Amino acid sequence: MRFSLARWRAIVIKEFIQLRRDRLTFGMIIGIPLIQLLLFGFAINSDPRHLPTAVVMADPGPFSRAYVAAMANSDYFQILGSLQERDAHRMLDRGDVQFVVTFPLGFNRDLVRGKSPTLLVEADATDPMATGGALAVLAQLGPAVFTADLPGLSATPVPRVDLRLHRRYNPDGITAYNVVPGLLGVILTMTMVLMTSLAMTRERERGTFESLMATPATPLEVMTGKIAPYVVIGLIQVTLVLLAARWIFDVPMVGSLFLLYAVVLLFICANLTLGMTFSSIARNQLQAMQMTFFFFLPSMLLSGFMFPFRGMPLWAQGVGNLLPLTHFLVLVRGILLKNNGPELLWGHIWPLMLFMAVVLGVGLWTFRSTLD
Amino acid sequence: MLSIDVHGLNKSFGSRQVVRHLSLEVRQGEIFGFLGPNGSGKTTCIRMLCGLLTPDSGNGICLGLDVLRQSAEIKRQVGYMTQKFSLWDDLTIAENLDFVARMFGMADRRGVVDAALQELGLAGRRHQLAGTLSGGWKQRLALASCRLHQPRLLLLDEPTAGVDPKARREFWEEIHRLSTAGITVLVSTHYMDEAERCHRLAYIAYGHLLASGTAAEVIAGRHLSTWALSGPDLMGATPELQTLPGAEQVTSFGTTLHVSGTDGPGLQASLAAFCRARGLSMEPREPSLEDTFIHLMRDVTDPLQA
Repeated sequence: MRFSLARWRAIVIKEFIQLRRDRLTFGMIIGIPLIQLLLFGFAINSDPRHLPTAVVMADPGPFSRAYVAAMANSDYFQILGSLQERDAHRMLDRGDVQFVVTFPLGFNRDLVRGKSPTLLVEADATDPMATGGALAVLAQLGPAVFTADLPGLSATPVPRVDLRLHRRYNPDGITAYNVVPGLLGVILTMTMVLMTSLAMTRERERGTFESLMATPATPLEVMTGKIAPYVVIGLIQVTLVLLAARWIFDVPMVGSLFLLYAVVLLFICANLTLGMTFSSIARNQLQAMQMTFFFFLPSMLLSGFMFPFRGMPLWAQGVGNLLPLTHFLVLVRGILLKNNGPELLWGHIWPLMLFMAVVLGVGLWTFRSTLD
Repeated sequence: MLSIDVHGLNKSFGSRQVVRHLSLEVRQGEIFGFLGPNGSGKTTCIRMLCGLLTPDSGNGICLGLDVLRQSAEIKRQVGYMTQKFSLWDDLTIAENLDFVARMFGMADRRGVVDAALQELGLAGRRHQLAGTLSGGWKQRLALASCRLHQPRLLLLDEPTAGVDPKARREFWEEIHRLSTAGITVLVSTHYMDEAERCHRLAYIAYGHLLASGTAAEVIAGRHLSTWALSGPDLMGATPELQTLPGAEQVTSFGTTLHVSGTDGPGLQASLAAFCRARGLSMEPREPSLEDTFIHLMRDVTDPLQA
């Protein structure tokens, strides 16, 4: 058979027509490169700046103030003002600040006398990548600040500031401590959303949905009934990942295992509800897969799993805050590495609950209990 | 007593109106045939009756319950058999029945399922996957499944499509047995022999109800006269016959041609002249249900094509 250009053209035209009719695929073709470009181009920054920093000022004075000003000018730190030590540490536990910088008593006096004063820097090292750049800058700040801004300093050579760095929660800066708990969330997001998004569309595609709907079942019964088995599957997955984290990667587990499982359960349910909602919107299994992928991509990139959350511009952080994975990462790292209790975690628990409630509402609304 | 009594039902999907001002009355215990061309709104109508679809407007009663407001209650008392086999292929025969029994909250679930399997003659194959059954068996399983919760009304949507003649006949015997037991059956079909086995029937096209009553009433209501023509070189005569005064419909039946029209004497006169000229013979025929239905379609135009 000779290659027929006419036949070939017919096939090309047909493909284009079908592609145009398939809005979702078409949307993905345009959407995915656009999103990837925007995310990789603008949102992702492995050298994050403007990291929120709490200052504990035990010794106010010209030199310590100049030092704080210099930190702010470096662009790496966003100074949240001077706080009590207790409050500052709570914020570090909660993940509200990346650094706590403490100026000890006698900081100014020591400098005037030509002695090296100590400066205590505590960094949230759960994500080692997020702190690296800022810490390097901090070490270089000292001499430059004092000679340029404060000519009244008598001693020469200008004394160095003795930087005491505490990498909190992950003293050795081991990346696996950050990545393994994160993977827990990524794996759950992928599998839970995908499996449930197929569950209902499978019924619809095979025509069995009609049989189901001809029974007295209510939408809530069908949705939650279909979710339940996957909750069990999700919990098995979590247990496997945690066992591997403990015995293969030596990830510390300092927090409450009970609390961890409670948070995991919430996260699983949030993802399953989303999958179910995709499932009731999608017309067929392929569309459901595409929707899952569409959700999975920003979850990976904008949640703080792959790249430091604080390195992203505000709009990207805003999008990230809508994703369950973002909050789950903070929660899991908080429990496993920081031993956070419920009162510290609450700020990331309610967004998950809200997400689930909204998505469930949308799901029930779109779920066609009647076929129209 | 009426099992179904609905008036002025309308249903649109987007801008397409699928059912228009449909009114139906189905008596308790009768077998009611539902006929019409493909895409005429039969399935939509059945889905509205069993509570799967909500009518846009209209009102009515199904089993004494309001079709607009009590669809959940109606679902419990109606057995609906879908056009396409819609039980779960990846469940066994017994698992399918068990699931349905659970969904309807049946008290003696195991007993009900076992009884249904016995009656079906599938007790020995209860662990076979439903997807592996042949077409005829799938259809019987589907009927058993929609009867499981002992509904008083069965809505069967083209239950015998693609089923062999023997299985079809057995299926209809079963439906007549159910009807004798007082169960109302509304069944849609394209087969004329099945239409004739119904107590009463309705013919709908493009959402409109065109005729209803017993088969004899529907035929009589059209006032058709039909003649069967036979003789040499008959097949080439069709175009010419169609232009004869009074001839409204010409259909080939094997070696004969059926010519029908509503103006009986006029048609007879023009046919007689035609046959004399061609050396054909003609004899009167009772118009069939099919003649009647096809003639009914002359007056309605497909709104999608108009």
